[in-house]
Amino acid sequence: MKKFFAILFIIGAAGLSAADKTAADAPDFSSFVWPVESGAYKPGAGVELAQSLCITCHSTEYVSTQPPLPRKFWEATVKKMKEKYAAPLPEDNAALIDYLTSAYGSK
Amino acid sequence: MIPNSRSSRRQFLSQASAALAGLGFAGAEDKVTLPFANGERRLVKFPQKRPLILLTTRPPQLETPMEVFKEVITPNDAFFVRYHLANVPHSVDAVSFRLEIKGLVDKPLQLSLKELKTQFDQVEVVAVNQCSGNSRGYFQPRVGGGQLGNGAMGNARWRGVRLKDVLAKAGVQAGAKQVVCNGLDAPVLPQTPDFIKALEMDHALDGEILIAHEMNGEPLPLLNGFPLRLVVPGYYGTYWVKHLNELNVVKDAFDGFFMATGYRIATTPGGCVEPGTTPTSTVPITRFKVRSFLTSHLDGAQVQAGAVTQLSGIAFDHGAGITEVVVSDDGGRTWQAAELGRDLGRYSFRPWSLAWKPQRKGPCELKVRAVNRIGESQAMEPLWNPQGYMRNVVETTHVTVA
Repeated sequence: MKKFFAILFIIGAAGLSAADKTAADAPDFSSFVWPVESGAYKPGAGVELAQSLCITCHSTEYVSTQPPLPRKFWEATVKKMKEKYAAPLPEDNAALIDYLTSAYGSK
Repeated sequence: MIPNSRSSRRQFLSQASAALAGLGFAGAEDKVTLPFANGERRLVKFPQKRPLILLTTRPPQLETPMEVFKEVITPNDAFFVRYHLANVPHSVDAVSFRLEIKGLVDKPLQLSLKELKTQFDQVEVVAVNQCSGNSRGYFQPRVGGGQLGNGAMGNARWRGVRLKDVLAKAGVQAGAKQVVCNGLDAPVLPQTPDFIKALEMDHALDGEILIAHEMNGEPLPLLNGFPLRLVVPGYYGTYWVKHLNELNVVKDAFDGFFMATGYRIATTPGGCVEPGTTPTSTVPITRFKVRSFLTSHLDGAQVQAGAVTQLSGIAFDHGAGITEVVVSDDGGRTWQAAELGRDLGRYSFRPWSLAWKPQRKGPCELKVRAVNRIGESQAMEPLWNPQGYMRNVVETTHVTVA
């Protein structure tokens, strides 16, 4: 009986150490510090639309790092977000497209 | 465990600021300016990473500064990060994690990390990962998308198990066409298409693709796909699915957004079109084109006339193997052969070097061009496509001979 428990203990310890090893390979996620995003879009007419709609799925740099491109690009991008990425945007996004073009597009 | 120390961080920042000072950005320790319109970027520190060039915060997209590529192996804490959708795991339970293999298989499997590490051959490959859109910011005319410099690439020693072996254990059935690969990262909204990729069956079974659990001798950093990622040597990073937790063997071509609509290139030779036009037919992007970089000297560097300067850099392709690197110091009129360095395998960065003795004082254009075993090379003028994929022009570095 004693021997039986000893064997059980050894099997248990071996199982535990393998599991511990797997766990030990993981980093200490609790120590992770994630940078805070800057939530600000450039001021301008319609900024509240970008602030409330675009912010759901991505940070502002998705917009602010784009090269200066014409209205046609921003129109296609908003359409892509709505149709391909299923963003819950309204039917008419002209005001949002106007804002993106004037704040981040080519003049 | 986290390959990031205060001293290496300090060293990096001082190198970055020294390099920036050379480019005329003295004092801007936490900022860089990529050399295209709207190229100002912050250097931001994410978990397990040194400060890297921030493209986007949510989801994280981080670019590696060019100084890092002076080393042939890219350190884990400097390796680029690219996500598509913002529901990124902030932790993964390594004990309860399972990789599921399902679909057209004899025996569906749920493999723990321990089983993957103990029941399969453990193999290693040194391989470059490069984003399809690496260098997109340099496209002219400019195109929308992630505005990357040249730093969405990296070279690491990956360790893991062969995808082929895992599929063999599950037993792929007749009629299987593709393996559909998904990871833990997910969209914010449930109706947004998930980032899921498909590999053709013959590719999945060719023995080259790994399910990696280690990168440069360490567990994968979280932002590079902990605990498992696909390593698809020679192929653009879009196939290197992170946080891989599901392999689904299917009989029909997978038609998800990131295969059927995204990451497609023109069927023209080279996948490119006349600037400003749209391809008439497309196929999924596949293998890297040949690229080469000068890394010992960045734009704005000064060298001494009449003295020998050691030029060095890296070259890579899709796995045919780099056989020749040539360097020009006169804007491409004449070329000198560089010496190839240590061969870490056909999917790795291949280092090169050249002892160069500039004579004429003044501004100088250094160009570098590589050729692979099957004669593929780089064009002197950039090609163009509307997605900004696969840039591989002969790169030019502007230095001053003084």
